[in-house]
Amino acid sequence: MKVTKKDVENVAVLSRLTVTEDKINKYVDEFNNFLEYADVLQQVDTASVKPTAHVLPLKNVLREDVIKPSLARELALSNAPEKEDGYFKVPRIIE
Amino acid sequence: MSYEAVIGLEIHSELKTNTKIFCGCATSFGAEQNTHVCPVCLGLPGVLPVINKRVVEFAIKAGLALNCTINKFSKFDRKNYYYPDLPKNFQTSQFDLPIAEHGYVDIEVEGKTKRIRVTRIHMEEDAGKLVHSGNTIKDSNGSNVDYNRTGVPLIEIVSEPDMHTAAEARAYMEKVKSILEYIDVSNCKMEEGNLRADVNVSLRPVGTEKLGTKAEMKNLNSFKMVESAIEYEIDRQEEILDDGGHIAQETRTWDDGKGITVSMRSKEQAQDYRYMPEPDLVPIITTDEEIAEYKKNLPELPDARRARLVDEYGLSEYDAGIITNSRAMAEYFDDVVAAKVDAKLAANWIMGDLAKNLNAESKTIESSPVSADNLAKMIALIEKGTISSKIAKKVFDEMWQSDTDPEKIVEEKGLVQITDSNAIEKIVDTVLAENPKPVEDYKGGNAKSIGFLVGQVMKLSKGKANPGVVNKLLKEKLDK
Amino acid sequence: MDLHKQPAHVLHDMLKNKEIKAAELTQCFLNRMDSLDGKVASYITKTADAAMEAAGKADEIIAQNSEIGFLTGLPGAIKDNICTKGTKTTCASKMLETFIPPYNATVIEKLNAQNTVILGKTNMDEFAMGGSTENSAFFPTHNPWNLDYVPGGSSGGSAAAVSAGFAAWALGSDTGGSIRQPASFCGIVGMKPTYGRVSRYGLVAYASSLDQIGPLTRDVTDCAHIMNVIAGHDASDSTSINASVPDYTKSLVQDVKGLKIGIPAEFFTDGMDKEVAAAVNKAIEDFKAMGAEIVEISLPHTKYAIAAYYLIAPAEATTNLSRYDGVSYGSRVEGEDIVSMMTNTRSEKFGEEVKRRIMIGNYALSAGYYDAYYLKALKMRTLVKEDYDKAFAKVDVILAPNAPTTAYKIGSIINDPLQMYLQDVCTVPLNLAGLPGISLPCGISSQGLPIGMQIIGKALDEATIIKTAYTYEQSKDFSKKLSEVAQQ
Repeated sequence: MKVTKKDVENVAVLSRLTVTEDKINKYVDEFNNFLEYADVLQQVDTASVKPTAHVLPLKNVLREDVIKPSLARELALSNAPEKEDGYFKVPRIIE
Repeated sequence: MSYEAVIGLEIHSELKTNTKIFCGCATSFGAEQNTHVCPVCLGLPGVLPVINKRVVEFAIKAGLALNCTINKFSKFDRKNYYYPDLPKNFQTSQFDLPIAEHGYVDIEVEGKTKRIRVTRIHMEEDAGKLVHSGNTIKDSNGSNVDYNRTGVPLIEIVSEPDMHTAAEARAYMEKVKSILEYIDVSNCKMEEGNLRADVNVSLRPVGTEKLGTKAEMKNLNSFKMVESAIEYEIDRQEEILDDGGHIAQETRTWDDGKGITVSMRSKEQAQDYRYMPEPDLVPIITTDEEIAEYKKNLPELPDARRARLVDEYGLSEYDAGIITNSRAMAEYFDDVVAAKVDAKLAANWIMGDLAKNLNAESKTIESSPVSADNLAKMIALIEKGTISSKIAKKVFDEMWQSDTDPEKIVEEKGLVQITDSNAIEKIVDTVLAENPKPVEDYKGGNAKSIGFLVGQVMKLSKGKANPGVVNKLLKEKLDK
Repeated sequence: MDLHKQPAHVLHDMLKNKEIKAAELTQCFLNRMDSLDGKVASYITKTADAAMEAAGKADEIIAQNSEIGFLTGLPGAIKDNICTKGTKTTCASKMLETFIPPYNATVIEKLNAQNTVILGKTNMDEFAMGGSTENSAFFPTHNPWNLDYVPGGSSGGSAAAVSAGFAAWALGSDTGGSIRQPASFCGIVGMKPTYGRVSRYGLVAYASSLDQIGPLTRDVTDCAHIMNVIAGHDASDSTSINASVPDYTKSLVQDVKGLKIGIPAEFFTDGMDKEVAAAVNKAIEDFKAMGAEIVEISLPHTKYAIAAYYLIAPAEATTNLSRYDGVSYGSRVEGEDIVSMMTNTRSEKFGEEVKRRIMIGNYALSAGYYDAYYLKALKMRTLVKEDYDKAFAKVDVILAPNAPTTAYKIGSIINDPLQMYLQDVCTVPLNLAGLPGISLPCGISSQGLPIGMQIIGKALDEATIIKTAYTYEQSKDFSKKLSEVAQQ
């Protein structure tokens, strides 16, 4: 499975990243290098192996439905790049 | 060509918990912007979620009430997409192992029962709210974000595309709402967005199997909107297909003001949500014993209650259906008939005068000025013959104003019905004497004129004469 | 007496015995940071005022009490991906250059409860992605043993600060070796606890199912003491293990008689530096001489661990890092609409390695590739874990090299991502399996650079690896050797 320029462009969109024209070939090469290496995984038959997303034997970690104090609004907004009337402000949304 | 519409619903219901799904912030509606937020629901760097126990309980209850199988191993996943109302730019939701699957809901449309299959129910977090600064989104130079709703727990109930008309879709949504109210897991206040639906509609030529391309309409939060949007969409798609065109797979919004659906964004390039297991949460394991326990504790659901009202009280299917549609109304009914009054009479009063007054004043039955207790007493007075049905309407209006004991009203206003034949006979005689013309007419063969005479007797008795006795006496005297 | 040359437990005793004041000790470290950190560059943020204030408070407590917490008044450093309320937490990224958390990580709360002194926030590879600290968006950190060399990473700032005598102890985080490898490169002790042993709440996530906070210290004794402070269940972290925590200082005994030490052949690869291999082999001989039983074991899926790790970690990272979008915190680069603002922000404020991993992660998760890459990697993770389960049925601990080489020169492999990834071959399997590991010095190379080894334990059995490491450490004097900078 060779990664193409188109693949890298698609992944950049999914990542909300711009890949400039001068860097795109570098990415294609790096992706292919890495994925070629990752193909070692295909040497192992894992058809009957269950995936491990978690190494922990934990289950049902739940908390009681009890209200805890929220942040003071000033603190909640303290890192906002832009704010207005107690809201976080963002540029216009065109859909 | 004639087409068949294929309709599926994704119903989102906010659960009535005290706190959000993954943090201790309050869920109460209407707080000032960004005051019910904390590092966790703001998605700050480094935070971790912890599942609210009650969310799982409510989701399992909903699953069982909608006849689903509960997955004994269930887990959360991350659904990745960028939107400014979603602080982490992924929604913590469930993908391949939702809490419940394979259920169904029976609905009734035009007297026929139909089964709508429920594909799955999963738990997830709600997003925040965007407030646009301009009049329309296009002339806005920006939007404001309020994260109070971010993390409010939701269940999403996904149906199979088993519906074919707007009426069926409405009936399905009404039924789901009713069930969620019965099991008390959601406030179901549609105006507050507690319950909203995404609706998928496609058309296919009648008699064919293959599904057509669907359009999705998002966030419909009233039954009327669901119905109108589907009706509009069926017409729109039919017109396109008849003209030989193709339906675009897209998301559309319902413009309630204009009564049309409008294209929002194209789904031609399917969204790639890149689901992955949520590494910050551990699985939810439910045992057979726990499931049995939940089942045992489920309250009586609308269908069972309806059957019971038909069986136990001899109500018609239709009346029983209306009364059990809302849990509150069904409970009110049960409270009234607990006083051993006639159930049909009770049903008629509840669906008639009570419902009419509640509607007129936009009140819910929980806040009815006439208590079930007083309504039962009033019905008992009718049954005993103390008051006539006509007088009862006056008594009811008095109760509506003051919620006073009906016996007291009857006594204070002197509304007791006259059933004494002697007393009524005197009034009848007076009326016959004073109205020779109608008497002549009756005797001349116009049977209808007896109605006028009855009316006169009732008027003279100030409505208190027992109408049965009045009729009987009048007939006896006229036919002599 | 040069205070900075002492391990933390010696300084603790001096504080407790009122031989020195916390203020005096703190000032000593701050002075060294002022005069010498210019060339090491281990700190991103120095919190001198807050440190002196905390020291003053600690002195009051020490004056009033005969028993004090181990960390009371003892100055340390915190990796800059652990949230500190009111103090910038940047993750060495332009993205969070100005971010001031409104909350403390659970470990910080635990440290504060002991009235410790925090000297500042240390440099790292951006968002913990890297093994050399060259991926910091601000500046690289230099190895205190030889300033031309990397300190390792991603907790390179914490390792360098301890090694240089700029802090008595430090906290780091380990996702694929980020504590053990820099500890090894800087000649100190580093521990990655069992996954779930130390709360991750407030640790800025790189790969959530692999990340774990742990101590970087001058010796094993310090490590045990700090583990006592930071380990334990936390209700704010759903992946925190609710198990009792032993007193790790009870493991500070010299006893390896009859201990079964497994030696995995797969860790001694062809590409391994000869001096490193020799030092580790020498340590194996030493253990044998001390009465341990050496057992050859096999961990056959070790060779697949890197590939699995570099699919799983980026996949988790890509979603963890989606939140950095310029909306409600962190940097923003304007754009004419929301999409371009987000895209501009992420493109300009993330560094190259971070972008590379985000993109690889998205590729592995995207439709069509999920089964071939991400799911395959999760299955490989199962096999890697099973290797260890089988091995630990036969042995008590596993001993292995920590890295194939000693520290390398700054700039030497930074432009070859795959080469960089392959350096993690000895460390990532533990993260995949969730097991604890301790790294400690076991030699000095001919170039004068430290060599480390790691001792791997069963899940939740940090006590046994501390005991094993302590026994070795006490029989040698590697931990007493000081870096070039520490000698100044």
